[in-house]
Amino acid sequence: MGAGHAHTLYRAGSSPVHTLPPHCKIAAVFCFVLVVVATPREALWAFGLYAVLLAVVAATARIPAGFLLKRLLIEIPFVAFAVLMPFVAEGARVEVLGLSLSESGLWGAWNILAKGTLGVAASVILASTTELRALLLGLQRLRMPPLLVQIASFMIRYGDVITDEMRRMRIARRSRGFEARGVRQWGVLAKSAGALFIRSYERGERVHLAMLSRGYTGTMPVIDEATASRAQWTYAAALPLTALAVCLTGWMLT
Amino acid sequence: MTSAPPSLQVSGLAYAYPDGHQALFGVELTVARGERVALLGPNGAGKTTLVLHLNGILEAGAGSVTVAGLPVAKPNLAEIRRRVGIVFQDPDDQLFMPTVREDVAFGPAAAGMRGAELAERVHRALDRVGMAEFADRPPHHLSFGQRRRVAVATVLAMEPEILVLDEPSSNLDPASRRELADILRSLDVTVLMVTHDLPYALELCPRSVVLSGGVIAADGGTQNLLCDQELMREHRLELPFGFDPRSVTAPV
Repeated sequence: MGAGHAHTLYRAGSSPVHTLPPHCKIAAVFCFVLVVVATPREALWAFGLYAVLLAVVAATARIPAGFLLKRLLIEIPFVAFAVLMPFVAEGARVEVLGLSLSESGLWGAWNILAKGTLGVAASVILASTTELRALLLGLQRLRMPPLLVQIASFMIRYGDVITDEMRRMRIARRSRGFEARGVRQWGVLAKSAGALFIRSYERGERVHLAMLSRGYTGTMPVIDEATASRAQWTYAAALPLTALAVCLTGWMLT
Repeated sequence: MTSAPPSLQVSGLAYAYPDGHQALFGVELTVARGERVALLGPNGAGKTTLVLHLNGILEAGAGSVTVAGLPVAKPNLAEIRRRVGIVFQDPDDQLFMPTVREDVAFGPAAAGMRGAELAERVHRALDRVGMAEFADRPPHHLSFGQRRRVAVATVLAMEPEILVLDEPSSNLDPASRRELADILRSLDVTVLMVTHDLPYALELCPRSVVLSGGVIAADGGTQNLLCDQELMREHRLELPFGFDPRSVTAPV
């Protein structure tokens, strides 16, 4: 039995943010990120305001700050790159705490850090207020190619089944005295990976048979129609529109 | 009711796989409406091959299959697949949608059903297998027996003419096995059940056919067939230890 992968990102609730139709939320987050990216990096205060906007959304969704910050940790590998920039970039140098840093590098690092963090924070809020399944429905509604939506939904459905199969194969290997100690055991692991691939492929064929048997003709039937009222769209648009106002002011002031 | 065409009529069905291996050599089988028939036979007898002909997944090399009077042929495939509900052996293959409800809705929705009518159909199908309260659960969070029942519901939702079950009792614990039997008995639908579980066949199906070597080798009352020791030996059919088919009262 799977451990409920669908619930690792999602945080159940009934706040106004949770109940918005998924496609409104996806569109809002997407536009918000575009606006943030288009903001001039010198307008420091604008990024502060964006952060406040996201904090307001998170508060409305009743997501605790600690939860949000912990999820933000996923950003760290990208931040590492931004931290390097002031050291390696060219151009005028400034002294900070006795270190000679590139000025354009500092701005570049700030740019990546601020915009990246805001984008990740917005996505984290989206993921914690929208179920994986609903996200897919939303993407379908926003006319993402149906084949991609189907592939993603099969990944959700069969991820656990395949992980389970992998676990059983590992137990079978170990029950026969196999321990992966070094390079010499890689051959066995590679063969297991190959066997897993073939098993999954054959399962794919059986699933396709089952789908054909129930009338599948190449497109998934529409089962849940995601609809949004004008009020819900307006509500969702509040975030990107406010951000847009901040962005435009930013451009005029700098 | 004598005028109603049989749910299933297979005549002279032969099939060879593309690699040349011939699996069926002229199968003759008629299943009347409302009958419950067990399809018995050793491994490799061609049972699965026969099942895949019933809804046109495999195309007959020779002979014909008709479902309630409608021949299985390219132009009728959509209607044939609605009429023939196949429950495959592994529920993880059968249940491919993210939630139980969407899975049960798949068949009727593919046929164009929408909205309240669809929701009602899904609810009724889940209710018939006692799984209505699990509608919004993902299939992989259910027990094996529950998944098998949902798999039955996914084809019941299409209101099929004939329900075809491939090894329905495999991998079930005795309680789930009995619950599934109760459900199958309560359904008012023609059933063709492929199984190695001979006591289960005796319990549920008054009539059995033996598929062996690609032909129907025997056709008769389940109890009579199971008591015919020579026939059983000839087709590699064996009863579980200590089970005597004469000792129980079989349904008629």
